[in-house]
Amino acid sequence: MAQSMNLKPFYLLLAVVAVAGGAWIWSARSGAAFEPVEVGPLSDSALAASGWVLGSQSAPVEIVEYADFGCPACARLAIITIPDVRRLLVATDRARLRFRDFPLGNPVVDMAHQAAACAGEQGRFFEMADQLFLNQSRWALEEDPRGRFEAFAEAVGIDLGRYGTCMAERRHWERVAAGRQAGLAIGINSTPRLVIGGIMLIGAQPYDSILKYVELAEARAAQ
Amino acid sequence: MTHRMVAALLALVGLLISVYLWLWKVGAIGVLACGDGGCETVQLSKYGDFLGVPVALWGMLAYGGMLALALLGLQPRWQTRREPTLGLLVVSGAGVAFSAYLTYLEAAVIHAWCRWCVVSALLVTVIFVTALVGWRGLGHAPAPAVSAG
Repeated sequence: MAQSMNLKPFYLLLAVVAVAGGAWIWSARSGAAFEPVEVGPLSDSALAASGWVLGSQSAPVEIVEYADFGCPACARLAIITIPDVRRLLVATDRARLRFRDFPLGNPVVDMAHQAAACAGEQGRFFEMADQLFLNQSRWALEEDPRGRFEAFAEAVGIDLGRYGTCMAERRHWERVAAGRQAGLAIGINSTPRLVIGGIMLIGAQPYDSILKYVELAEARAAQ
Repeated sequence: MTHRMVAALLALVGLLISVYLWLWKVGAIGVLACGDGGCETVQLSKYGDFLGVPVALWGMLAYGGMLALALLGLQPRWQTRREPTLGLLVVSGAGVAFSAYLTYLEAAVIHAWCRWCVVSALLVTVIFVTALVGWRGLGHAPAPAVSAG
């Protein structure tokens, strides 16, 4: 007959591991584990990548976003936080938003970046970016989402003939690649990242956190 | 029963890692603690999903199953039975094979390393070895007592 074992200490250990692991995951959800880091002087490659700009050139603060259209956290940032940034900071000329492509290497996502750039050629980059982020779960697993991207292009109201030619020519691939190089030059290795006044915020930050660093940059600009 | 306790503990750690990676995959976690960004590259590659489901979700199912089997095997009426250990062998064996395939993809196709995936591969390998040792031990154990009516 099997000897009866006292399993209480084992179950206690299991509970401790479960609670500690759960607490760690919970803290990761809040992004508290990632402190902002100061970005050094921008290299030539970082400055050369223009990205896509929303807002006034005279706004005193620039928020630079590095994102991958296939990254779930980037979609979360784009859907939950960026609308507030646009409404409360960009539309009021407190800041302008500069989007730099930072594709992480998935060929389907590379195509999404090109689709956004081709829409950008016709002045609809941010509208197309919104479509890509909002519908990310619908296209990210497709082998060939070109038809879906074309539907997004139609939805944002651009000329589909010009869009199709642009996509076929991979016309803006160098621009997309330049955005990635700009990110690499300042040490970016994951997305999303926001750079505000020389401070890099890691992950999908809430609006309040972004506002804090915009205010800090405003104070520095006023000095 | 030590092998089932070890397997339960490791399966719990694997389950937590899978939950963490899955939460990131669905956008609930802003950034992965991964060092060089390799985790994002691997997770966002086309190999980050298997049969239309995130690999991390498969991991959750596998580790959850192994945890349940190991805990079941610790219950008094199952302690001397071999089925829970056999189940652990089958599930962890499949996990080892799948992890080996994913590790090959990281090294040879994606050219990026997901540290959490490597830790998971090690965990499932240790669970498999532990189950194997436990299986051999059970082979020498006395048969469960049968009460005569």
